[in-house]
Amino acid sequence: MAGEKKPSEKAPSEKKPGKKKPAEKKPAEQKPGQKEGGEKKKKVKRHHASRNPVLARGIGRYSRSAMYARKALYKRKYTAPETKIEKKKKEKPRATITKPVGGDKNGGSRVVKIRKMPRYYPTEDVPRKLLSHGKKPFCQHKRRLRASITPGTVLILLTGRHRGKRVVFLKQLGTGLLLVTGPLAINRVPLRRAHQKFVIATSTKVDISGVKIPKHLTDAYFKKKRLRKPKHQEGEIFDTEKEKYEITEQRKTDQKAVDSQVLARIKQVPQLRGYLRSTFCLSNGVYPHKLVF
Amino acid sequence: VFKRFVEIGRIAFISFGPHAGKLVAIVDVIDQNRALVDGPCSGVRRQAMPFKCMQLTDFVLKFPHSARQKCVRLAWEKENINQKWAATRWAKKIAAREKKAKMTDFDRYKVMKAKKMRNRIIKHEMKKLQKMSSKKVKKPEKAQKSEKVQKAQK
Repeated sequence: MAGEKKPSEKAPSEKKPGKKKPAEKKPAEQKPGQKEGGEKKKKVKRHHASRNPVLARGIGRYSRSAMYARKALYKRKYTAPETKIEKKKKEKPRATITKPVGGDKNGGSRVVKIRKMPRYYPTEDVPRKLLSHGKKPFCQHKRRLRASITPGTVLILLTGRHRGKRVVFLKQLGTGLLLVTGPLAINRVPLRRAHQKFVIATSTKVDISGVKIPKHLTDAYFKKKRLRKPKHQEGEIFDTEKEKYEITEQRKTDQKAVDSQVLARIKQVPQLRGYLRSTFCLSNGVYPHKLVF
Repeated sequence: VFKRFVEIGRIAFISFGPHAGKLVAIVDVIDQNRALVDGPCSGVRRQAMPFKCMQLTDFVLKFPHSARQKCVRLAWEKENINQKWAATRWAKKIAAREKKAKMTDFDRYKVMKAKKMRNRIIKHEMKKLQKMSSKKVKKPEKAQKSEKVQKAQK
């Protein structure tokens, strides 16, 4: 009995100092700095318990409108700060523009709409296209490169005028085509693009780690140029188009710049130069599916 | 007529199956078609194996029938079967075949160049020898011919 009283006496006594402490804290903290006290007053907002007693799980005592009144939401209406709206109002684009007009006794200028109404409405409305998913334009396609093709790999070209020739791979360009060079001095293949699918990758690799390829060698550099100036001269259209391809000086300098570096690396490997000079061919008893490249 | 017999201790080469290409020693005969076989130094566990997939080699070890793996291993290592096998023409042919199948395009080019050079040298020597022999034949022939001509003239 005595023992029971003591802990019970202790419990309320403990509680009182506990309650006092936060109460004491407030005035104590207010004294050192008004800023700090003000901030802590906002933080120590006591949230009210739910004003809607629960009758059963999911069912409250008061209706939605009763709760609106009980929570005094009629007092708590917030609007967004107005300055932003004012800013948006100022940022409206110009709808009309005044343009000068020539001629005599015309008034000198007209007020013209910048965004005009459409001049034609189709008789049948075009039906709205259904949303499509994952259809990207070519420029956004994912470019892949076979694991067997790394910078410095010797490739065998299978199509084009250089078919059968063995060639050194330099890098993959933005459209996914492979930048490739003979080198020119070895097998007359210049800096050229090749398609990954029409190429056999051999396991022979040249160490091209230090070779610096000029950055202006992109797809636009290699793209075929077509003249587009038809002056509606029907008799002479076939003559004006470029028939002969002329090697520009820039191509020559770029070829030299790259080849000098690559040739040095090729000369270090015995017999590689002769290998690149030779062409690939199949003969009797040679089956591509059985060959190890 | 037959030189290699199935006996205890005969080393066999496995030609097909999961252990193709490995050597095993015949430890015991189970029945007409199967043998108890063990290859401690070639990675084949002691097991029954049909005779059909085994090809007998020239090597025989000495151990009693149903000897345990330790004994087989001792006998194998004593005779240095692995070294002896690698020195046989059979094993060398297998190794050459494997190498040929693994040749890359560059290797094939190098082989072609080497063969070409070799054949050229051989041809060169052949032609030399042919020339020598033809000279020897021609000289006495010429002498005979000139004699005949002189005799005819006379």
